[in-house]
Amino acid sequence: MILEGAARLFGNNIDTDLIIAARYLAETDQTELGKNLFRDLRPNFLNEMKKGDIIVAGNNFGCGSSREHAPLAIKGAGISAVVANSFARIFFRNAINVGLPIFVTSENLDSIEEGNVISVNALEGTLINKTKNKTYKFDPYPDFLLNLVEVGGLFNFTKNRLEAGAKNA
Amino acid sequence: MGKTVAEKIFSKHSNKDVKSGDYTLAKVDIVLVNDITGPLSVMEFQKLGNIKVFDKEKIAIICDHFTPNKDIKSAQNVKMLRNFAKGQNIKHFYEPGHVGIEHVMVPELGLARPGYLIIGADSHTCTYGALNAFSTGVGSTDAGMAMATGDTWFRVPPSFKVEIVGKQKKWISGKDVVLHLIGKIGVEGANYFALEFCGEGLKNLSIDDRFTISNMAIECGGKAGIFNYDSVTEQYLNDLGIKAPDYVEADKDAKYENSITIDLSSLDYTVSLPFSPDNTTNINKLEKTYVDQVVIGSCTNGRISDLRIAAEIISNNRVKDGLRVIVLPGSPKVYLEALREGLIEKFILAGAAVSTPTCGPCLGGHMGILAEDEVCVSTTNRNFIGRMGHPKSKVVLASPAVAAASALTGYITSPEEVI
Ligand code: SF4
Repeated sequence: MILEGAARLFGNNIDTDLIIAARYLAETDQTELGKNLFRDLRPNFLNEMKKGDIIVAGNNFGCGSSREHAPLAIKGAGISAVVANSFARIFFRNAINVGLPIFVTSENLDSIEEGNVISVNALEGTLINKTKNKTYKFDPYPDFLLNLVEVGGLFNFTKNRLEAGAKNA
Repeated sequence: MGKTVAEKIFSKHSNKDVKSGDYTLAKVDIVLVNDITGPLSVMEFQKLGNIKVFDKEKIAIICDHFTPNKDIKSAQNVKMLRNFAKGQNIKHFYEPGHVGIEHVMVPELGLARPGYLIIGADSHTCTYGALNAFSTGVGSTDAGMAMATGDTWFRVPPSFKVEIVGKQKKWISGKDVVLHLIGKIGVEGANYFALEFCGEGLKNLSIDDRFTISNMAIECGGKAGIFNYDSVTEQYLNDLGIKAPDYVEADKDAKYENSITIDLSSLDYTVSLPFSPDNTTNINKLEKTYVDQVVIGSCTNGRISDLRIAAEIISNNRVKDGLRVIVLPGSPKVYLEALREGLIEKFILAGAAVSTPTCGPCLGGHMGILAEDEVCVSTTNRNFIGRMGHPKSKVVLASPAVAAASALTGYITSPEEVI
């Protein structure tokens, strides 16, 4: 899986209220949710970004509530991946479960600028800033998660298990 | 190598020996969803086909956030959950008349017990750690799939020991303890960790103090905030008719990756300033901060002892002119107790509004939304940008005692100043 897009920069501690505010939570459709992504933090974000863009963030991205609406809104707006130095735990889980590709790197990403074209190679564990010709490494998924991601998230994982169980029964 | 409480609970629920860092599929005792997260869970569940839930008594659907339904969308969502609950014969489905805030209700219903592994599609599911359970927030898909299988995947967390010593002065509560802790270690200080609360000072923390502390474990990133079991827990469970539960103790040589000691006797009233729960300060160091609204309630501080403290400070007084003071009992049970004890009357006579149990303003849902530039002192758990309304409004987190004292003066006030 290789993902390529323009970098959209976010700082540390981007909480789920900033990603999608509570007043939009009665919505469950990801495209609709995506229309209010970062509404309070960057009101113009949706006009600035293009489909396939990649969010580059600092520490603790997605802290706060357990709303799956947050990774869904990011997916729904057309963001292809999120790269950060660390993710809040529930956001990490939700992103894996709903199939939003996210990557953790301990490398300093400060030299990536807004709009730089970056490319993420999930299998090799590399992130390339094509504009600046600079390569970063990120941590590969542990086997258990790789399996989850490869089947397309928790739903498929569960469906497969239930079907296997039914066959065994 | 000895095991932490978290490692023991996961080993038991995985039917194999697991340790911190391991990935495991573990059986869960309770799956919880609410009116915001539940619809997504149910939609995912239904996509699995025409199947039954794993156990109709082990699923709780608590429609608390926008209750009583604030608009058409939330009404539609609850309607969908209601139909699902009926179709699946789910025992624990709650809406107005019977509904309270999920994290106040789940323990009241006896659904959270020592040694349990509980997941809830709500980040404050960590609240039940107060009862020596491993309980943690997950996403909607997690909860939906667990409704089908009765298990889900986990990474067994490393543990962070919080040793409590000493005895606090009057009016210092669990809220001051947990705000102090979060201020010390930061919003990421326990990211992915299970906090384990132990020490001789535990006996000075009431069960409601403990619920408040475990509730906010997530505010420093904690996956869980588990208390050791003691006579305080035992008494609470006994009152609910729960006898001899399977509680869990850490081994003497259990491995902790981090630890901190909190001396209750050194604590002062602690508040958390916008826009992050770790932006804490001692109330005496605070410059005069005027407020437009006071909120007393939520899954952090909407229990009976919270209302008792607030009523004691407010009673026989009037709330400051022009101030909106909103009291939200956490559950019908809390409401009724407060009513019978005369607390509700005291609040109303003082000029406060008393609401039906709901999350309401805590997440900026309804029942007390802030306008531009308004400031609210609140007993809730998050003061993020826009959390309670307008993106330019502000929330200061405080204990019920501080919130009640501030209700009388109109600025953030120490209870000692008004009593
Ligand atoms: S009271 Fe607030 S924090 Fe607690 S469950 Fe409700 S919205 Fe969430």
